[in-house]
Amino acid sequence: MKASVGGYARARDLAHAFDLLAAANGMGRVIAGGQSLVAALNLGLTAGDLLVDITGITDLRGVRVEGDHLLIGALTRHVDIGSDPLVAEHAPLLARAVPLIAHDAIRNRGTIGGSLAHADPAAEFPACILALGATLIVEGPAGRREVPAADFFVDVFETALDEGDILTGIAVPCIAADERHGIEEATRRAGDYAIVGLAGVRRAAGHRIVAFGAGPRPMLCGAAMAALDAGDLDAACAAIGGELDPPSDTQGSAAYRRHLAGVLLGRLAAQLGDPS
Amino acid sequence: MTIRFDDPNRPNSYIGRTVPRPNAGKLVAGQGRYVDDITLPRMVHVAFVRSPHAHARIVSIDVGDAQAAKGVVRIVDGTEMATICTPWEGKLAHLQGMKTPPQHALAVDRVRYLGEPVVAVVARTRAEAEDAADLVVVDYDPLPAVTDLMTALDADTPIIHEGYEDNLCFRRTNEAGDVDGTFAGAHKVVEGWFKSGRHTGVTLEPRAIVADWKAGEAELTAHVSNQAPHMLQVLLAKHLDLPESRVRVVCGDVGGSFGVKVHVYPDEVATAALSKMLGRPVKFTADRLESFLSDIHARDHEATGRIALDADGRILGFDVDDWAAIGPYSIYPRTSAVEGLQVTNLIGGPYAFDHYRVRSSTVFQNKGICAQYRAVGHPVAVAITEGLVDKAAHEMGIDPVEFRRRNVIRDDAYPVSTVAGLKLEGLSHEKSLDALVEAMDYDALRAEQAELRAKGIHRGIGIASFIELTNPSPFMYGIGGARISAQDGCTVRMDPDGSVVALTGVTEQGQGTEAIMAQIVAEAVGIRPHMVRVVTGDTRVTPFGGGTWASRGAGIGGEAALRAGRALRDQILEVAASMLQGKAAALDIRDGVIVDAETGEDRLPIEEVGRIVYFRGDTLPPDLPRELMQTRHYITSNYPYAFTNGVQASLVEVDPDTGFVKLLKHWCVEDCGRIINPQLVDEQIRGGIVQGIGGALFEEVCYDAEGQMLNGSMADYLVPMSGEMPDMVIRHIETPTEEGALGAKGAGEAGTAGAPAAIMNAINDAIRPLGGEVTAMPFTPERILRALGRIRD
Ligand SMILES: Cc1cc2nc3c(=O)[nH]c(=O)nc-3n(C[C@H](O)[C@H](O)[C@H](O)COP(=O)(O)OP(=O)(O)OC[C@H]3O[C@@H](n4cnc5c(N)ncnc54)[C@H](O)[C@@H]3O)c2cc1C
Repeated sequence: MKASVGGYARARDLAHAFDLLAAANGMGRVIAGGQSLVAALNLGLTAGDLLVDITGITDLRGVRVEGDHLLIGALTRHVDIGSDPLVAEHAPLLARAVPLIAHDAIRNRGTIGGSLAHADPAAEFPACILALGATLIVEGPAGRREVPAADFFVDVFETALDEGDILTGIAVPCIAADERHGIEEATRRAGDYAIVGLAGVRRAAGHRIVAFGAGPRPMLCGAAMAALDAGDLDAACAAIGGELDPPSDTQGSAAYRRHLAGVLLGRLAAQLGDPS
Repeated sequence: MTIRFDDPNRPNSYIGRTVPRPNAGKLVAGQGRYVDDITLPRMVHVAFVRSPHAHARIVSIDVGDAQAAKGVVRIVDGTEMATICTPWEGKLAHLQGMKTPPQHALAVDRVRYLGEPVVAVVARTRAEAEDAADLVVVDYDPLPAVTDLMTALDADTPIIHEGYEDNLCFRRTNEAGDVDGTFAGAHKVVEGWFKSGRHTGVTLEPRAIVADWKAGEAELTAHVSNQAPHMLQVLLAKHLDLPESRVRVVCGDVGGSFGVKVHVYPDEVATAALSKMLGRPVKFTADRLESFLSDIHARDHEATGRIALDADGRILGFDVDDWAAIGPYSIYPRTSAVEGLQVTNLIGGPYAFDHYRVRSSTVFQNKGICAQYRAVGHPVAVAITEGLVDKAAHEMGIDPVEFRRRNVIRDDAYPVSTVAGLKLEGLSHEKSLDALVEAMDYDALRAEQAELRAKGIHRGIGIASFIELTNPSPFMYGIGGARISAQDGCTVRMDPDGSVVALTGVTEQGQGTEAIMAQIVAEAVGIRPHMVRVVTGDTRVTPFGGGTWASRGAGIGGEAALRAGRALRDQILEVAASMLQGKAAALDIRDGVIVDAETGEDRLPIEEVGRIVYFRGDTLPPDLPRELMQTRHYITSNYPYAFTNGVQASLVEVDPDTGFVKLLKHWCVEDCGRIINPQLVDEQIRGGIVQGIGGALFEEVCYDAEGQMLNGSMADYLVPMSGEMPDMVIRHIETPTEEGALGAKGAGEAGTAGAPAAIMNAINDAIRPLGGEVTAMPFTPERILRALGRIRD
């Protein structure tokens, strides 16, 4: 199928991007790495969009530490997240997620902001961001606001971003001394979206376990977290399937996904240093 | 005309060596020319409105808005198309009782599968054609869809075709010996149920055609991504009512075909017809989504079978009931019955036994059309056979390799006529098993398996012996009335400087045909391979032939090339002998120089013969033959097919918690007769194994009960990828066919034939101690866990 594109414009800066989006009368679409958007255009899932390319806004690229947070620009590419020393030091979960995302060619272009804004329920970064309890920084014609990860992911491909908004960065709490991170997923082929996956953070305050590929958005697994906090891994593995309502498709039934979540939780717990 | 192929020190010894591929440089340099690269003056594009239903009556078609859309040139529906393009029926006369209704280029009155082309929209660009196609309004009255294989013939299942009594396309039973008596009296009978998932070829380059009708010359040129150009030439001529000589089919670079591109497709014929209607070139390139819907599918089979054994673990007989689902039509012109037919011939192929009954029933479905895909029917037959054999070995407590050793046809028994009716010239099952065991270090692997098992690691080793049909004679298609050539030909022409152009009827789609043709002609003539330019795929210039299918290129096209090359050599030497006033028999050509055959001493550069013949023919005796252009054709005659054989093994590790299978290693010992280019043969085997692995573990076209496809994209339909492929060890045994001088049989399909069975047996070897067995491909993690009873719903 041929993509139907309404036009293309390259934004100089954020203000220019907002102008372009406003002028497009609702047909404007931000394009970052294009690794999801262009596929959607080619599949005819979206059409007639004016593409507003934000990749020239260099302020939105890169990683730095600010206080007890790591600030990651929305345009930071997957490949750079994977190799950035600050990420490795302060948010190792994100670095560990990178090799699980797609393939080199896609990781070289895809951006973390694009991944979060796209909000594929099987994607790794949204789950990690939720597990880390990060904050998303959103700017729009009306100004700047901060959205906690727990409020950002709404439904399949749906987020708290409003028309004309641009996600500019993510603020991730830096890892504490006794904090552990882990990620586990099951894919049939290297680089595929996960059939089901789990991102996990163990903090003094308790566990945060997020399932992906297991519902309409990344799902915080409260029952499993409580059982892990209580030191009962078996109960956690038994509970996690029950608290998920995953889809059935040609890669696996809901029952299989629930079963897998339990198996993966056992493996994740080992990464998090939980006693088995 | 004898060449001592077994002597590696013979002159011009290119046959049997890995030499560089002459067409590889062009492709690597990005200078390939695929159909979609072709742009002709005044060319327009077609997009098809395809049926969104599996089965429906077409109530009305409204093209008003589409007609008015930007860039639209012409819109044609099935009724109008039928006025210039006749329908076809994919039937073979020798398949008794087979039925299939006429199929039109565009659906008339009814649609019978999802994606069936209904309306053709021609516009200046493909994008405009697609946009206009979206505006065509077709009113459908949906009808019940027939989507289940095993109930297709039930009395309460709707009948897809009006006027038919049932949904049966073809049924054949191949029976010999006393099956009922043997099974009743056998020491042991082992039973099994097997399923092979419907899958498809997924060529890198999709199907594509540029049809160019020139009214002034009353001639159609079709640039097509296809593997049987002369077949297509003849059939386009027939259905568009043109003399065959006025249809030229050109198959330039082809990006993979695997059998997908050996058929007549309605959208491609419609494109040719549109060019004729419009008097201008029309391009159709299938996009990936329509490829999944409209390319042929294959291997949608389900079977029950049993094997009878005596007390020593000797096979007494096979009894199999196989069912195959196709689409609503049998493919044209090869038919969709051949897969099932092959199953009725190939069950038990490697083994010696006396009692045989295999029935196969091919039924219509409201799904995509199933047809010939790499190793037609073999993976199904081999999986049933080897699944039963492995189960039998296990139940008899005999090691699977030892069980096969006891039962394979002995290497010294040939020629053999099998109980299934196959004529086998010479195979090497025993030698192949020996080579496999040695290559695997089988006993050490078994020991390691037991050690790891004790640590909770579940590895499995699976073996699969197989035979493979290659080098087909007219008994395959021609006998049934299909205009598909089993003969092939090669023309070689020496140019004045002594370089040679070779025109062959077999085709190149990435597998290296042009490389082996260059090697064969070079050796036959006595020049270096880079001095040979091979031309394939143009019906206007190449000898009429069959193209590439059923692993026939090397064995049939290669033999023709060898004979044509030798004829040219003899002619060159005859002229040279006259020039040198000697005897042709005392001369030879080596490295492009005419030498004394005895001493090897140089006598004359070959280009001197070229100069004299082409520019100073006056200096030769007037009656001396001097045709430095020779054509030879070749057809097999002693055997209907040249069977090859081999054995594969797979080593896997199964994770019983997730159901995931890790492929650790794969082995294949293969006997394709004379090996022309070892690297190309190895690559063919490897590529074939990968496609077999696809069928075993990953690939399945899934439809729901209404006939809607659930996974028709590259994101959802899982093709095997390099990351998951195991290391593959390839070994060879060479038992040349004696039908021709070359001795080559086919090598293109063996990998695919045996791999699924080897993997199935390996998985079952791994999980049997855990109490599970899987026999329904693809073996998804979920199916494995369900077999192990690990998932509660
Ligand atoms: C074959 C393949 C396999 C893949 N596998 C995986 C996988 O396993 N896991 C995974 O997580 N991802 C996978 N992806 C997706 C990939 O990670 C994408 O890069 C990512 O999802 C989107 O990032 P992008 O920068 O390319 O966004 P784009 O494609 O440019 O945009 C995606 C969407 O986000 C919007 N958008 C982008 N940036 C912003 C912004 N800053 N503010 C507001 N809106 C914005 C766009 O408007 C668009 O709607 C795969 C992609 C492909 C092609």
